[in-house]
Amino acid sequence: MVNTTTGSTKDLAATFTQKASLVSAFVHGVQDLTEAMDKTLELLAQKPPLDPQMASGKKRNPSERILAAPNLNHDTFLQLSDRCGAFPHIHLIRDRLRDFPGGIDMGVTTADFGIADTGTLVINSNDEQTRLATMLCEIHVAFLTTSAIRETAFAMTDELTALVTGCGSYTAFVTGASRTADIERVLAIGVHGPLALHIMLMEKD
Amino acid sequence: MGKKQDISAYRKRLDTALDNQFLRQAMDKFAVAYRTSRENAFAQIDVDSLVKQVADVKAAAVENMTALLEQFTHKASACGIHVHLADSAEDANRIIGEIAQKTGSKRIVKSKSMTAEEIHLNRWLENLGLEVTETDLGEWIVQLRKEGPSHMVMPAIHLSRFQVADLFSDVTGTDQDAEIDRLVKVARKELREKFVQADMGITGANYALADTGTIGIATNEGNARLVTTLPKVHVALVGIDKLLPTIADALTVNRILPKNATGQAITSYVTWITGPSECTTAPSGKREMHIVFLDNGRKKIAADPVFSQVLQCVRCGACANVCPVYRMVGGHQMGHIYIGAIGLITTYFFHGMENAKNLVQNCTNCGACKAVCAGGIDLPHLIKEIHARIQDEAGHPLQSLLLGKVLKSRKLFHSLLRTAHLAQKPLLDKKEKPYLRHLPMIFSSDHNFRRLPAIADVPFRDRFEKLHQPVKNPRFTIALFSGCVQDFVYPEHLEAAMRGFVQHNIDVTFPMGQSCCGLPAVSMGEKSAARDVALQNLDAVDLDGVDYIVTLCASCASHLTHGVPKLLKHYAPEKAAAFADKVVPYSVFMNDIVGIASADSAGANAGRKTAFHSPCHLCRGLGIHHAPHALIEKSGNQYVPTDEEETCCGFGGSFSTTFPAVSNEILTRKLDDVTGSGADLLVTECPGCVLQLRGGAAKQGRKFTVCHLSELLYP
Repeated sequence: MVNTTTGSTKDLAATFTQKASLVSAFVHGVQDLTEAMDKTLELLAQKPPLDPQMASGKKRNPSERILAAPNLNHDTFLQLSDRCGAFPHIHLIRDRLRDFPGGIDMGVTTADFGIADTGTLVINSNDEQTRLATMLCEIHVAFLTTSAIRETAFAMTDELTALVTGCGSYTAFVTGASRTADIERVLAIGVHGPLALHIMLMEKD
Repeated sequence: MGKKQDISAYRKRLDTALDNQFLRQAMDKFAVAYRTSRENAFAQIDVDSLVKQVADVKAAAVENMTALLEQFTHKASACGIHVHLADSAEDANRIIGEIAQKTGSKRIVKSKSMTAEEIHLNRWLENLGLEVTETDLGEWIVQLRKEGPSHMVMPAIHLSRFQVADLFSDVTGTDQDAEIDRLVKVARKELREKFVQADMGITGANYALADTGTIGIATNEGNARLVTTLPKVHVALVGIDKLLPTIADALTVNRILPKNATGQAITSYVTWITGPSECTTAPSGKREMHIVFLDNGRKKIAADPVFSQVLQCVRCGACANVCPVYRMVGGHQMGHIYIGAIGLITTYFFHGMENAKNLVQNCTNCGACKAVCAGGIDLPHLIKEIHARIQDEAGHPLQSLLLGKVLKSRKLFHSLLRTAHLAQKPLLDKKEKPYLRHLPMIFSSDHNFRRLPAIADVPFRDRFEKLHQPVKNPRFTIALFSGCVQDFVYPEHLEAAMRGFVQHNIDVTFPMGQSCCGLPAVSMGEKSAARDVALQNLDAVDLDGVDYIVTLCASCASHLTHGVPKLLKHYAPEKAAAFADKVVPYSVFMNDIVGIASADSAGANAGRKTAFHSPCHLCRGLGIHHAPHALIEKSGNQYVPTDEEETCCGFGGSFSTTFPAVSNEILTRKLDDVTGSGADLLVTECPGCVLQLRGGAAKQGRKFTVCHLSELLYP
């Protein structure tokens, strides 16, 4: 599938990967959703324990890993849930994220679009749970299909206008993990948001 | 800050900043690093056309501000967002305070907003007994230190990791290492509870999109996302200058904003909110959302034909990043609330004349800010306009008034210079003729940081007739515009140039009616005197009789080219334009027009490593970078590039006498750079720069010599 005005999907995916890597995002090329999920759970299994930012009400098992996946569609969520069965210490949730103010280990979201020239994800975050999953997690994993990558933000003005139109809409451009250079202009990754961003770049839906 | 001060108190504050070694190091490192990161960010991008696009988008929005505000209000209100318009800072504070009270909010978290700083919102809310926590790391640091931000996008750039570690040790009651990653994590932890407990979140906005009623916020840390998600109430404080028609316009601005601010292609987050968004803890399931649009003088600025471009500012802070004064003294001295060149201008409008009157003079008029401005604002010009406006309102200081009066009469001005020549005689250094040994009269010892040249025995105008040789069939006929410094202080620059003109068959005329170019008057806020001398100069030159008006002073060249047509817009626009068209700086004339192949300096004077100091008015004022380098090579010497070649030398006309200590530090940084290059010779193309650099090099015992380009070519 070649779009004559914006170059091939493959080129866009390559540019996207390069630009996202420049801002310390980890881009994993995968075949499909199944492989994306496997890779995600692999990352979670290797992840060090959560560093809680606040004392939480409940005592937690130190080996427990909390995975939030609020915006996956019903079928995909069930599929992920099935796969989590193989990891007894993974606690999969999709709502009530406010119960975890001290943080969650991983938030998984689908991304609506990718923007190649800046390595940016566009995520419809109208739903509060989606927002919290991408803010309170230590690792954010985003599922993005290569066909959803656009060359520039400017080239997708109509799609963006559609996203921001309508009361209650909350649209996020996410480029890399949260960062700061406020002390001596030295770059530090992981301030109030995720400490790391992984993008599962899927060739197929 | 905030206290009314006379200029000597302001100078003392500057001295304190100059003595702060850490601040100096931090600022210098930043200035150097910014240059590279900006260059990288804009690699393969046509910056000029992008700036033009942004300037056009913003200018159109400023023009349609009222209609855009109406459209936005209509859209947002239909969604159930409460839109308020605050005429003044106090109105905005009161509105936000009332929202807090009505919603029963006690704890407030904020993401960074310069507009909130502008109206002193925190102070107001704290006086109401509310707890306000800044959540941007830098902003939190300065809040804890009870300071204001020292930069628009890097509020704590003036501090070291050690100072932050000490501060965080106090805050947490535990010793904190001065390791930046760990300090960042302290903020992550300390602030999480504040986010969770907050009743109300306050943000600014970078964009307000009229067609969808959306606000756009660009951040890196992710704090604005939490501020707009966890609390039940969200208040966005937005200057009406942030209104844009559509998201396409915002995306245009967003292409330049992060690149110009920090050298990033894009910030980690850009959040587009068309509220009110879902909030599971709010009774209605939706957050209560308020947008407070702030006027606070913006409509008045928008309606002002000269100053409306101020609102094209996108708040990237780049004008501070490149400012030579900011580099020496930091943001707390180089702004009131808004920092950098834009701050020198907006302080007058937002925070009044008292706070602006000293600040506005702290500008060398080097034009580095204009060259880097994302919104295409003519910042140096507007700074001078503000200066003039303040003097018109508050009264002109005696010194400036005298200068204006003297300049208006060329004969008076020149006879004063001749008298000064006689008066200086007892003060001259007997061993080294060209320098004044002691400073006369009005100069205090503060100004003694460089050795000042003596006024010449015979000014160039009295030497011209002897030097002038009639030329048969000349290649070009030129009018030589000397400017006052070369006429009366450095006639030898012009004499050297005359030797070259003769060799190349150029007929030179010296219009005796010419006076000062008028730039010193502009720089002291004496606009009407500047206009008078501009008219005198127009009358002095027989435009039809000459091919070019050549000047060896880059400042004169730039002012005659750009300044004079502006000053005479309503007086003699056509003649001023025709005059400006004929003005060329010396290097361009010799290299590009005459096209010399080599010069006289071959032989004994050749083969030296030669650095060039590019006068601000040459590189940025006139966009000339190449011709002087080519001429250095043609002189048989080796041109050596230096990092700070296009950085101001700190002269800036009256700047160096108003703020001698800052001028000296800028000068020293420059001379250090030349020393570091190993150059034997430093060449420049402006007598003001020669005065500063040669005087400084002599005073500091530097190993290289300083000369004008004409002296290099025709010694």
